[in-house]
Amino acid sequence: MWIEGFIAWSLLRDGRAQTALMLVGIMVGAAVVVFISALISGLQANIIERTLGTQAHIRLLPPEEFNRVLPLQDPAPIALVLEDRRPQRLRSIDNWQALVPVLDRWPGVTAVSPTISGPALAVRGSANRSVSIIGADTERLRAILPIADHMVEGVFRLRPGEILIGRELADDLGLQSGDRMRLDTAGERTVVMTVAGVFELGVREIDNRLMYLDLDEARSLLDLPGGVTALELTVAEVFAADRLALRLEALTGQRVESWMETNAQLLNALRSQTLSTTMIRSFVSLSVAFGIASVLAVSVVQRTREIGILRAMGLDRGRILRVFLIQGALLGLAGGGLGALFGSLLVLAFDVFGPRLFVIGFNPWLIPAAMALASMAGLAAAAWPASRAARLDPAVAIRHV
Amino acid sequence: MSRSHEIESHEVQGNEVLRLAGVCKAYDVGTPVENEVLHAIDLRLDRGTFASLTGPSGSGKSTLLNLIGLLDTPTSGELFVLERPTRAMDDQERTDLRGGTIGLVFQFHHLIQAFSVLDNVLMPLMIRQGRPTAAMIDRARGLLAAVGLAALASRRPNELSGGQQQRVAIARALVSEPVLLLADEPTGNLDTVSADEVFELFRRFNAEHDCAVLIVTHDPRISARCDRVIELVDGHIVRDEAKR
Repeated sequence: MWIEGFIAWSLLRDGRAQTALMLVGIMVGAAVVVFISALISGLQANIIERTLGTQAHIRLLPPEEFNRVLPLQDPAPIALVLEDRRPQRLRSIDNWQALVPVLDRWPGVTAVSPTISGPALAVRGSANRSVSIIGADTERLRAILPIADHMVEGVFRLRPGEILIGRELADDLGLQSGDRMRLDTAGERTVVMTVAGVFELGVREIDNRLMYLDLDEARSLLDLPGGVTALELTVAEVFAADRLALRLEALTGQRVESWMETNAQLLNALRSQTLSTTMIRSFVSLSVAFGIASVLAVSVVQRTREIGILRAMGLDRGRILRVFLIQGALLGLAGGGLGALFGSLLVLAFDVFGPRLFVIGFNPWLIPAAMALASMAGLAAAAWPASRAARLDPAVAIRHV
Repeated sequence: MSRSHEIESHEVQGNEVLRLAGVCKAYDVGTPVENEVLHAIDLRLDRGTFASLTGPSGSGKSTLLNLIGLLDTPTSGELFVLERPTRAMDDQERTDLRGGTIGLVFQFHHLIQAFSVLDNVLMPLMIRQGRPTAAMIDRARGLLAAVGLAALASRRPNELSGGQQQRVAIARALVSEPVLLLADEPTGNLDTVSADEVFELFRRFNAEHDCAVLIVTHDPRISARCDRVIELVDGHIVRDEAKR
């Protein structure tokens, strides 16, 4: 193997201009691939993080109520049913006190938060807004949603008589932390609350509609003593949430929905994006590979006489083949490495000088991965020129001018 | 020179280096333009032979040299190198045999520009044995010194004159200690002084290494100075005479 490597390296070094051209071509291609890969994976990670940053991964809800229609005696070809669909009351999850410790210990579940939510009217002076009130436990809520990190005013704390409200809602009602306001609920209950803090998650529906308050206070406001309307969960593997949800649904008999179900369109969009990126990447790689192949093919023609001499001196076909394969792999390796570095610089430039909507972040694995992939591409691209070189007739090649 | 074929054929240290028995070479076999270039050539070269092969253009010299150099295969007949028949060999066997027994020198010296002069000389050894050892490098340097180019070992071939390049090519052909040295117009594009120097090198190595030398040449002054002159005309050997 040594002699093939030596010859391949010497020939590459001898044709400096050609080698440099090929390297630049491979480098640009690899840089594009690396940059696009980093950009899209960074963008997608960012979108997912934002989506999951404002909602639980899995929610356990009480099953929906429906009319039980007695089945007809069969055979009954057609059943005509006239029914009024049942309105969905605010209901508690049965036996939730027993479910929480089970879910706490469930492998892959990182946090569980029992919550109770319902509609209410927030009133201050003559202004009023319809809101959703959510009762939760301070520490358990903290583990599910990063509200504590997004406080713009006051403190993150849920105590009786205190509420946390979204930024837009606070602006609408002219509230600051420490101010007082009234909450009216459907059950003709009224209570005066103090604003403990104002949060801003950056999602409009949350910031202008939600109010967090103490679990027990919410129970009495919504007239659901001792109950919870949902168990919110976060899981370690976010993309396995749908499978875990199915399992929990089968095991608990509750209605269980995962973020993947409620964000099906988003996931679909991400998948299409991944597909189009993959296409761009493969076409760029393909054009780089064809570039390598064509330049190497020209190089084989240029070096025909040298190949003839080497054959005459006892270098067999297999080793001639390997010389050119090694050239392809070396070019791919070097070009891929340079391209990955260049692509990483582009990523860095994007992070520093770009629109700063999100940060791509530098992935050190991209460089060896790009080098490995580019070497394989170079090897594959060299296959045809190399086999042409190996098939040259030494008697003809040596007299080639 | 006694020629007792039967006895020699089983001796390892036989005198015979190369033997052609009824070798024919035709191109485009089986087509209307089939063209036989060499007709039933019989030829034998022994150790120590110093022969020239002459003939007009188109007589088949290059074809014959390709066959002898194992770069091509005969259409019929048999070619023995060190008494081993070669016609049935596959490419790999022929390549190995060529690398081990035959040194080739061409008119256009054919050094490889990508390597230094020393690496060019080492190339046949590196092809056979891989990374050069100290002994291999010593040997190559010794040969470069023998052709008077020790000081230019690290130069590139294009930094040398034509005569110097041809001397490097000769050193390269000799580095693997071939039993047969084939030269195709080795002095063809050299001035008379350089040509004389190169010719003297062949003479010297022929004597020192006891290898057979076959020089293909147009130059009557070169062939006149060889021990044996073989003349090829229209694919037939018309003259094969030893002078000494």
